[in-house]
This record gives sequence, C-alpha cells and structure tokens, in this order.
Amino acid sequence: MGTIVSILVLVLFLTAILTGGYNKKFLQRVQGSNMWDWLTTVDHKKIGIMYLGAGGFFFLIGGLEALLIRVQLFYPNNDFIVGDTFNQLLTMHGTTMIFFVAMPLLIGFMNVAVPLQIGARDVAFPFLNALSFWLFLGGGIMLNLGWLFGGAADAGWTSYVPIASNQFSPGPGVDYYVLGLQISGIGTLIGGINFLVTIINMRAPGMTFLRLPLFTWTTFVTSALILFAFPPLTVGLLLIMFDRIFGSHFFDAAMGGNSLIWQHLFWIFGHPEVYIVILPAFGIISEVISTFSKKRLFGYNSMVFATILIGFLGFMVWAHHMFTVGMGPVANAIFAVATMSIAVPTGIKIFNWLFTMWGGRLQFTTAMKFAVGFIPTFVMGGVTGVMLASPPADYQYHDSYFVVAHFHYVLIGGTVFGVLAGVYYWWPRMFGHKLNERLGNVHFWLFFIGFHLTFLIQHWLGLYGMPRRVFTYQAADGLTWINQVSTVGAVMMGVATLVFLYNVVYSRKSATAASAERDPWDGRTLEWAIPCPTPEYNFAQLPKVRGLDAWWMEKMAGNKELEPAEPLQPIHMPSSSYRPILMSLGFFVSGLGFIFRTIEVGVLGLVMVFLLMFTRSFEQDHGYHIEVDQIKEAEKGA
Amino acid sequence: MGAGNHATATTGLPAHPEKATFEGKNKVLGFWLFLGAETVLFACLFGTYLALKNSHLGGPTTQDLFEIPLVAAATIILLTSSLTSVLAVLEMKRNHLGRMQFWFGVTVLLGLAFLGLEIYEFVHYVHEGHTFTSSAFGSAFYALVGTHGSHVLFGTVWITTLMVQAAKRGLNLDMAPKFYVASLYWHFVDVVWVFIFTVVYLMGKVG
Repeated sequence: MGTIVSILVLVLFLTAILTGGYNKKFLQRVQGSNMWDWLTTVDHKKIGIMYLGAGGFFFLIGGLEALLIRVQLFYPNNDFIVGDTFNQLLTMHGTTMIFFVAMPLLIGFMNVAVPLQIGARDVAFPFLNALSFWLFLGGGIMLNLGWLFGGAADAGWTSYVPIASNQFSPGPGVDYYVLGLQISGIGTLIGGINFLVTIINMRAPGMTFLRLPLFTWTTFVTSALILFAFPPLTVGLLLIMFDRIFGSHFFDAAMGGNSLIWQHLFWIFGHPEVYIVILPAFGIISEVISTFSKKRLFGYNSMVFATILIGFLGFMVWAHHMFTVGMGPVANAIFAVATMSIAVPTGIKIFNWLFTMWGGRLQFTTAMKFAVGFIPTFVMGGVTGVMLASPPADYQYHDSYFVVAHFHYVLIGGTVFGVLAGVYYWWPRMFGHKLNERLGNVHFWLFFIGFHLTFLIQHWLGLYGMPRRVFTYQAADGLTWINQVSTVGAVMMGVATLVFLYNVVYSRKSATAASAERDPWDGRTLEWAIPCPTPEYNFAQLPKVRGLDAWWMEKMAGNKELEPAEPLQPIHMPSSSYRPILMSLGFFVSGLGFIFRTIEVGVLGLVMVFLLMFTRSFEQDHGYHIEVDQIKEAEKGA
Repeated sequence: MGAGNHATATTGLPAHPEKATFEGKNKVLGFWLFLGAETVLFACLFGTYLALKNSHLGGPTTQDLFEIPLVAAATIILLTSSLTSVLAVLEMKRNHLGRMQFWFGVTVLLGLAFLGLEIYEFVHYVHEGHTFTSSAFGSAFYALVGTHGSHVLFGTVWITTLMVQAAKRGLNLDMAPKFYVASLYWHFVDVVWVFIFTVVYLMGKVG
C-alpha cells in the first residue's frame, strides 16, 4: 500500500512539473517571489549564505544532542536517556557535527569568499554549486528523519560493522546514516571539483598562485582532499548498503567477509576528512590575524607549503585510528611516525601566526578574539594528538574520554573557533552590517571558558578510565564531579550560542543603511574592494592584481579603487535553475525507497534524477547579459 | 566569455574546439578531476575484491569460473571501441559531422556488444552457483565488475544522447566539449577494464 501511495505521489509530481503547474498565473506569481529566487539561485553568494544557514541549523540540533548527552552523564546511574536512545544521541551528535555542521559551514565560507578573493564573477560551475548545496541539505534532512520515523542511526559516527549490520542494528537507523551520507557526499564531491576548477581557471589577471589569499589556498588543498577522500566513503557506504539491503556479504565473517575492509575504507576517508574540516579554518584564522594585526601574513610561502604538506600527509596516516586492531608492530610504527611528522607543518603554521601578531598593530575585535583563542586551544589538541600517535600509549588511551577530549580540542578549538572568527569577520560582507561587538565579546568569553571547562577535564576523565560512548558510570568510580564540571561547561557553551543568536537578531534590527560599509575592517583582500551589498556580478570590471594582499597594496599606493583589467562591457550571467533542487528531491525519494526496502521507489527516484540530467543536456540556455548602463546604474547606487 | 557559443558549423571550428570557450575549458578540467575521483573509487573496489577473492566458501573458484577466450573477446571489443572514439574525436576536430557520428555510432555498438557478452557471462556464472549473495567473493566480484559494467551502460546512453543533439544542432563550440569529455570518460572506462582483465581474470586464472 505504502509503495503504491509513494508511486502515485511521484507520478502526480512529475505530471505537475511536465504540464507546468495548475495555471499560468500561479506559476508567474511563484516565479516572481523571493522564495523562488533563493530556491533556484546559482549565485555563489546566496548559496554560501544558505550553506551557513543550514549548517547553523544543524549546529543547533547537534548542540542540543550534546547537551542531552551531558545531562544524562550529570549523575552516576542516571536514567534520563539510556541504552539505545543514548546510542542514537551520540551517533547523531558526531555524524551531524562532522558532516552537516563543520563541512557546510566551511563550504559556506568558501562560497562567500573564494570567488571574491580571486577576483571572479562566480564559481566555475554555478549550476553544480547549487546542486551541491541541495544534495547536502537533502542528505542532512534524511539523516535526521530517523528521529521521526523508526529510530536514528545508533552505530557510532564511525558506523563500524558488524555493529552496523542487520544483525545488530535491525532498525532503519543505519540505513538513514548510509543513504543520508551517500547523498550529501555526492554533493560534497561535486563541490570539491567545482572549487578546484574555479581556483585554477577563474583567477583575475595577475592573481598568480603565490598571490592567492591563504583562505583560498586552504580551500584549494581542501578541495583536493575532498576529491580523493570522498570516493572511499562512497564505496564503503555502498558496500554497507549492499550488505544491509541486498544481502551481500562484504562484512559478514560467517560468509567469508571481512569487517576490517570497512574500517580501512572509512578511515582512508576519515583521516583526510579531519584535515578537510581544519584546513579552511586555518585559512580563516590566517586572514583574520593578518587583517587585525595590520600586517602581511608572516611566512606566506611557508604557510602555503605547510598547507600542501599537511594535505599530502593526511592521506598517509589513516591506520592510526586502528592501532589496537592488531596490524602488527611494523605497520603501527610506520603510521605512528607518519602521524607525528604532521606536527611539523602544523607547528610552522602556529609560529607564523604568532610572528604575524608580533609587532603588529593589534585590534581585538570578536573575530580576532576567536582567532587568538584558537591558537593555544588548537596547540593543546595537537599535543594530545602526538601523544595518541604513539601506539603503546594509544593502547591505554584508546576509546577513552582522553580521545574525546583530544578531538573536541581540535574540532571545536580548531574548526568551530575558526568558523566563528569567520562569521564575525565576513558578516558585514554577507549582510551589510557588523555583528554587535559587545555581545560578541560576551559570546566569545562564555564560549571559550565553557569549552575549556567541558573538555580540559575530560582528559583526566579518560585517564581515570571512563570509556567513551557509555551512557552511565557508578558512584564508586569517583568520576561524578568531573562529569558534573564538564556538564556545567557544556551548558555555558549553550548559553553562549543563545547570546550569539540574540546578537544576530539584535544586530539586524539596529542596522541602518549607513552600516553597509564596503571595507569595515580595513581589509587586505579583494572581497573588501567592491561595493556593499555585493552586486550580483561581483566585479563590474575584473581587477588587475599586482601582488599579495591586492586591495591593501592599492590602498597603500593611494588608490581608492582597484585598477580594472578590462573595459566596462556587458557581463555574462548564468540563469537560475529549478533543476538542482528537483534532482536532490529525486535522490531523496530514492533514498527513502531504499531505507524502507521499497526498491521500486528507490529506482524511480534515480530515474527522476537521470531524466533531469538527460533533459538538461538538451536544454540550450546560455544565460543572460547585464548591459553596461545597468552596471553603471548599480555601481552609482552603491 | 559567452561569445564563442554563437559560432556554428558553417563558420567552422577552431583547432581545439573543446577548449575554445571558457565553459569548455572549465568542463574539460573539471572532468579530468572527476576521473581522478573515479580512479580512487575503482581502486577501493579493487582492494575489496583482492581482499575477498578467495572467500568462495566452497563455491566455484576463480579458476573454475573464468573462461579467458570469452573475456578476451570482450576486452578486444572494448579496446577497439576506444580506438573508434578517438577516430570520432579526430573527425570532430576536422568538423566532419557525419563521420564523427558514424564513429561514435560504432563506439556505442561496440559498447553494447561488450555489455551483451558481460550479461551472458553473468547469467552463466549464476547458473554455476556464483551469485552476488553466495559468498563474500561473489559480492566483491559483482560489485567491481558490475560497477564497471554500469559505467559502460551509462557511457553508451550518454554518447547516444549527444549524437541525437549533434544530429539536431550540428557541431558547434557548445557540443565539442561535450563530445570531448564523453570520449575521455569512455577511455577511462576502457582503462579500468584493462585492470579488471588483468587483476580479476588473468590473475584469477593463475593465482
């Protein structure tokens, strides 16, 4: 019955699309609306904002899950959330935070900043950019549907088999995980290719590789990591899907399968993934520290080199997540040495940031506070990382709260601090007004102190023997007060986030037309050289770039504007398209079909995707042009 | 930027029509990168196959199953299709629409012949008790070879689609990059098959 209903709905839906809705006027009204504009946009600036909005929304969900976990652990033998529900919470917290918070927030900034920083009018493939976003959103919603229908994923964010097999996770939870990540993973891969091509092909005249702002460089290396790290995840998820839904035996030891294959595939993806979510944060920190120290980034070339080296080494260390599996001393030793060697380029970066600040004219704006708070916090996470890289010691730390403390130091102390620095830094560029600095100050201190209160003490919690992923402990274990301190810290971070949300509303309400400054921070890179709000074509004339920190150079030379590299001429723009969101919907329908074991619906969804691809291939749409007088008018108004 | 799009078959194509427009340049580079990702994808499937190929659980082994003459014929067919796709792209660069369509048509037919042989082969294996669910070896075999087969299928549909478009619109700077990346894809699928032939079939017969 369910099958028939879903098929009917799909058929009706397709008919509606093909016949053009139920009347012409209605369609016109829809197409004229703001909503339609956002749903069909291919503009990188709007897509970036949507990425940030959706990532922020998932951040609230993931944060709420974290708070519930900490509440359960407040008392020994607490029975607030136990057993399977707790497993779902911790799985969904980890999966959401990595795939649907850290990545989209960073990709959001890439969208907002990279085309502007390299002096381009858009990314290389605007259509695919929109598709990336909608696939990410579809995957994220699908993962979270588990909460409503049949139970969420509960096998840990690493989803190790055989725990994730039908035998031990019989519900649909793991299916939501597998298909949600598969769909959003396709989007991420497309996004990676898009940014690589954008940075290689679309740089403005004179913007050589060694003049790229560091955030663009880290985006470039991150995109390369995405390109090579996501296919192993795709394959791993495919194999789990085959095992769960189609009865294959890749991971089933009784039928000759081998569960270690999943661990290898997952971590061949998973380790580069941690660099995917930290390198762009490094880039943001570099921009912010340089801007608010009023100095060129110290050791720019070594920063670029260190970024590339970290990206390269990131692929050589995956098995350090598997030291206790029993690969033998030789393999463990090789991966240990490779892992420790990553500390070298990372150290180069830390010292370069410190030397950038050294002797600079420091301005402690909120963005700068997060950037400066990042440095010691991330160093602590790095140091415990080197401790964990030693196999004999890792046998002690493995699966304890010490590991939890370590990766929260790098993921919050690194990625989240970087993202928050970026939020305060690029907010005026995105929305035409600054965030309130006084509220920002409260946000920073509450978040910073709350963070260290939560996680510093968890190192000892781990050393005293508390394993990760357990839902309770005994009073006699002597872990009660440590857990309670940790929970208090988590609540502080929650309050800090509420302050931030209030700040967003407050700053928007108190913004006036005059608060739209094009260069509010006295910035150094090209995104601060164009009018605010950013025109849809970004640069009326593509700029000529004469050196690193191109905008700063022009300002120091006494120029009020960038020097154009082309005459004022009509600008070619890509058309909006409703296809990306429909293609994502096709994948979504298909995913739901597979989750509920209705293979017909699964196939129908895929057919819808292929039909949309097929018809798009026949579409002849070369976009439109913005004429010179329109540009002149827009530039005058700004 | 978009000016090149207005060129038509009558005005002729420049020397490298696939990269003559900005969109074309982006498309070709993006597609090379995509093939990089595809390479990793197949590498993972190869790794999985190598780890599981001896887990046949007493079912037919690689030595029992594989028959080199059939697979060798499939290999020759697919490699020839790579050659014909090169000829097609050469004709495209010479602005010979008809000849290009002919050679791409031959490419598609060869691809379909390859698929026919593969389906025949799979049916044969199933009769011998070697299925996707019979053992870990079966799962890994069909995952690897089947993924390749579905790539061939996609390639034939794709190239056919483009041929229909070219028949309607003729050759222009909009079509040229499309044909060029489709042929890149086709070569990639062939190269993967060379590895499958070696690693799965030849090594399966020997090892």
